[in-house]
Amino acid sequence: MTEHKIRVLVAKPGLDGHDRGAKVVARALRDAGMEVIYTGLRQTPEMIAEAALQEDVDVVGLSVLSGAHMALAPRIMELLKINGQSKVKVFIGGIIPDEDLHRLKEMGVTGVYGPGASTEDIIRDVKSAMAE
Amino acid sequence: MTYAQSVLNGDRLALARLLTQVENNAPEGRSALIELFPSTGKAHLIGVTGAPGTGKSSLVNQLAMHYRKVEDKRIAIVAVDPSSPFTGGAVLGDRVRMRDLSGDPKVFIRSMATRGSLGGLAQSTAGMVQVFDAAGFDIVIIETVGAGQSEVDVARLAHTTLVVEAPGLGDDIQAIKAGILEIADILVVNKADRPGVENTEKALKSMLDLAHPTERVFQHHGSTMRTTAPAQPASSALMWIPPIQRTVSTEGKGIVELTEAIARHVVYLRQSGDWAVRERTHLEVELEALIRETLVNRFMENIPQGMYEDVLEKVIQRNVSPWEAMKILMKEK
Repeated sequence: MTEHKIRVLVAKPGLDGHDRGAKVVARALRDAGMEVIYTGLRQTPEMIAEAALQEDVDVVGLSVLSGAHMALAPRIMELLKINGQSKVKVFIGGIIPDEDLHRLKEMGVTGVYGPGASTEDIIRDVKSAMAE
Repeated sequence: MTYAQSVLNGDRLALARLLTQVENNAPEGRSALIELFPSTGKAHLIGVTGAPGTGKSSLVNQLAMHYRKVEDKRIAIVAVDPSSPFTGGAVLGDRVRMRDLSGDPKVFIRSMATRGSLGGLAQSTAGMVQVFDAAGFDIVIIETVGAGQSEVDVARLAHTTLVVEAPGLGDDIQAIKAGILEIADILVVNKADRPGVENTEKALKSMLDLAHPTERVFQHHGSTMRTTAPAQPASSALMWIPPIQRTVSTEGKGIVELTEAIARHVVYLRQSGDWAVRERTHLEVELEALIRETLVNRFMENIPQGMYEDVLEKVIQRNVSPWEAMKILMKEK
């Protein structure tokens, strides 16, 4: 019998060392029945794109608290595209100023979440992005 | 071009997608496995198992680094972590310890969840290993879930099984129990910089001595006593006694010695004919599992709609025993 699970890569690009949020989200997605590949701290965009390829994920979730999201996110999206994975949905969580939110969405980021976002919203958005 | 052809041509994205199809038991995956099968049977399959937290992932990271840097081999890693029995979800975290391997095009790491299997691997692990084998990886390392005592499936799949222990996990009673220690081709005492490493090694050694007695002289109440090794049957001229290797994988200590032991095991497997025996066992196990799965599916398709649920309900009400229910469903008298 064929069985497809939503596979999500949860990664922390860049140099900030706070992974509490990423772990909470990873755990919440697990409890929603998804398979979450957790890569740990201080990943380069290249490492993230490579892991996304090898793991053939449907979704990449990035946790960025350093403020470098406007540099990291486009680079990761570009590498995914080069690897033939432009269909992979990208979600970002972290400290994201409002003015960047729209620019990230314009770049093709599916969801952006700031402090206090509920895991239920994230799960709902991931599932609905997969249903498209 | 089919998935299988792209994989044989070295297309990494096709490889990743095919692994998903195989993992999901999709029709494309099954037909690709048929197409790829003639290209399999070349890779050395190394199983790595042991209790949670003994350092399996870090050890795999070190082994893979060694094989890349010193021997220039192409390495695939299949890392299995458990699925939640309640939600079916999983957090697969083995990559966290394998970041040193990132960026090397001759390494391919794939994480997978057990999806309900209990033997330490997932149902489709063998299929995924075949894909890597066909894709031309020289070594496929299979890391099991953190194993307790009876997750021994990996020994039926791998050519060489490493069982990873760490100091302080159990006494010598644990070492004489049946199960995971019996499947070891090589015993690894990882975290060997921790206190208690001598005790762990001693317990493992005494377990091995019980399995493979050797001649020795010892003092007993002041007098010298001697035991003789039992006469060995001629066929065991080539006998493999699992070596015990100490490692500290966070520092890379003992890794060279471990890879030497693995190389000796390969020589032994080839010379003794054990390699062929193991291949035979694992293909037989795979065939049997496929037959079982197909028969169950075919049976379930052929019983009238609702009959299974009706009979199950009677069992749940305790009106019929599971044995009787089986007979009803199989239409036996």
